[in-house]
Amino acid sequence: MTGDHQTLALLLFSAFVAVTLAITTRAGRRRRGSAEESSTGGRLFSPMENGFALSGDYLSAASFLGVSGLIALNGYDGMLYSVGFLVAWLVVLLLVAELVRNCGRFTLADVVAARMGERRVRTAVGASSVTVSVLYLVAQMVGAGSLVSLLLGGTGDAARSWTVLGVGALMVVHVALGGMRATTWIQIVKAVLLLAGALALTVLVLLRFHGDFSALLTTAAERSGHGRDFLAPGLGHGGDWTARADFISLGLALVLGTAGLPHLLARFSTVPTAGSARRSVVWSIGLIGGFYLMTIVLGFGAAAIVGSDAVRASDPAGNTAVPLLALDLGGGAGSTGGTVLLAVVAAVAFATILAVVAGITLASSTSVAHDLYTSYTRGRDGGAGRRRYGEVAVARISTVVVGGTAVGLALLARDLNVAFLVGLAFAVAASANLPVLLYSLFWRRFTTRGAVWSVYGGLVPAVLLVALSPVVSGSPDALFPGADFHVFPLRNPGVVSIPLGFLAGWLGTVTSPEPPDEAKHAETEVRALTGAGAV
Amino acid sequence: MDDWEGRDAAATRGEDPWRDVLASEWGGPDAVTAPGGTAAPAGREPPEAAAMGVPVPRPPGTAADGERRPSAAEVYLEVQRSPAFQEVRGRYRRFVGPATLAFLTWYLGYVVAATAAPGLMSRPVLGAVNVAMVAGLGQFATTFALAWAYARHARVHRDRAALDLRWETQQMTREARVDR
Repeated sequence: MTGDHQTLALLLFSAFVAVTLAITTRAGRRRRGSAEESSTGGRLFSPMENGFALSGDYLSAASFLGVSGLIALNGYDGMLYSVGFLVAWLVVLLLVAELVRNCGRFTLADVVAARMGERRVRTAVGASSVTVSVLYLVAQMVGAGSLVSLLLGGTGDAARSWTVLGVGALMVVHVALGGMRATTWIQIVKAVLLLAGALALTVLVLLRFHGDFSALLTTAAERSGHGRDFLAPGLGHGGDWTARADFISLGLALVLGTAGLPHLLARFSTVPTAGSARRSVVWSIGLIGGFYLMTIVLGFGAAAIVGSDAVRASDPAGNTAVPLLALDLGGGAGSTGGTVLLAVVAAVAFATILAVVAGITLASSTSVAHDLYTSYTRGRDGGAGRRRYGEVAVARISTVVVGGTAVGLALLARDLNVAFLVGLAFAVAASANLPVLLYSLFWRRFTTRGAVWSVYGGLVPAVLLVALSPVVSGSPDALFPGADFHVFPLRNPGVVSIPLGFLAGWLGTVTSPEPPDEAKHAETEVRALTGAGAV
Repeated sequence: MDDWEGRDAAATRGEDPWRDVLASEWGGPDAVTAPGGTAAPAGREPPEAAAMGVPVPRPPGTAADGERRPSAAEVYLEVQRSPAFQEVRGRYRRFVGPATLAFLTWYLGYVVAATAAPGLMSRPVLGAVNVAMVAGLGQFATTFALAWAYARHARVHRDRAALDLRWETQQMTREARVDR
């Protein structure tokens, strides 16, 4: 890229950041400063608005850059992500959305604690929520890093590191000042931008092939260097049994993880009723499904137009496939059209990253303030007398801490594919958060011990298995490529840790000395299905 | 004894959550106020007036004159045992159970087939489109279809009954002893 084109790209990007911050300040001015307002945005968003916001929260850089990149590199195997990310929403729609809207106040822990009413349950769920959020944040920031190094034209590691730091700082400020309402608006703006950007590129790709999807696939297969194998499963995850088990593990994590993502569950508190929660999920299924269909076209399009080798040369993990595709569609490197399109795509992707980072940071800081901090400082009587700081203040402090942790990890993880990193976050969410949530909502005999066991029984194995996997050590692209302490062969722990989470919850419940609380179960069930007493 | 209109009107007069429910559940554009704005209460009658036309199932031994009022916990147990609630729960479970089983099986079958039977999956169907591609796009189609079916089922078979129960339950908990 020439200097002029870089300036143009940076100008576009800066304009977007300015707009998002303007929205934040506008929304922030109306803020009343209560914890309720800060974490729910007043609960008055419409289903359509919340549907867009859910899509905005969900369609991360991982989808836009990572999934298309994986399809461009591995062909059909990349499509599994698209399918898994979408089907997961059925779990949210059928089993979670309405019931959580009716039972929850701010966070996942509220739903569980409503039935168990004990501090250690809240602490456990809060801890696992924060863990999931940090992992998810890392993925987003890695995406931001690889995007900027492309935009600035290979200025290398320093630019990446500064971007990661910059994104982190920006979002910390954003969330601390704007709260849920500003964050929701950011998600809506971003979802519209992202869908429009993806749609424009998809149309351009299809026009290039005169609307012939089959011709697109054939060209992609030819230019990938793999021939017909490119269009069939097995390229990314074929071969030995470990790779295949990894694929299944990932598939399981993708479909079950979404319903345990704290920042999505928090979204259901922004609408007034269960019915609107349901309709916002239907909206988001439509938007997200349409988007992932487009990523398939974009991924194969990148393979067909840019070529898999060129994608791999730019970024071995494939994260830059879509920006390269945009450059090519606009007329190639050095042309003004190409540069403008690249700059637009980069700005949209950046917007995506900023927005998702904001959403997750908000959810995790709410978890820290609302679940961890209040449960430690609240006396047995439930009074708030011993608290030195308000919930909102603690949320702001924890925003900084969570953001800082994620920035640090992102600097270590910058060579991994972002979709893959998101897969890890999903595995932890599915192992630690989903079992306790489903048990609380549906199982009459579930007890406090069961709740605590199921959270730790999923969280600890999931995190431990990732730490002992080839992702962290013992492979060239690991976090610590120099060391080798990997014992667990799979890169995604889902297939082991998700059943463990469910098993631990069951085991904790049946060995529990206390009898299940029938009245609390009745209350949860009645409230979940009717909405009685919902705030 | 009671008609829908009366019930709706009664609920609309309240100052709290039901208002939104009614506005957004039953047809028409969603009545969502601008962020920050508060919805003004529609009526000025005291809540007792709103409660009058509504048949509240009272647990045995709970007369309206308040000889013995149940605690909130007892109210929830009572509602949970009521046939109306069991019906709502049954409708929900009878749809969600089989549907969840079906889509999870279909999805896991797809993933396992992609790993275990690449030969089958790479069989061409039409042009460059093969079985794997059809199955993948089929996942999209079934997801959209099931989401639509679920939303429709909930709207037609569950929403109104659930709303009635919500109304009644809240009425009962409001009258309940404060002992928690």
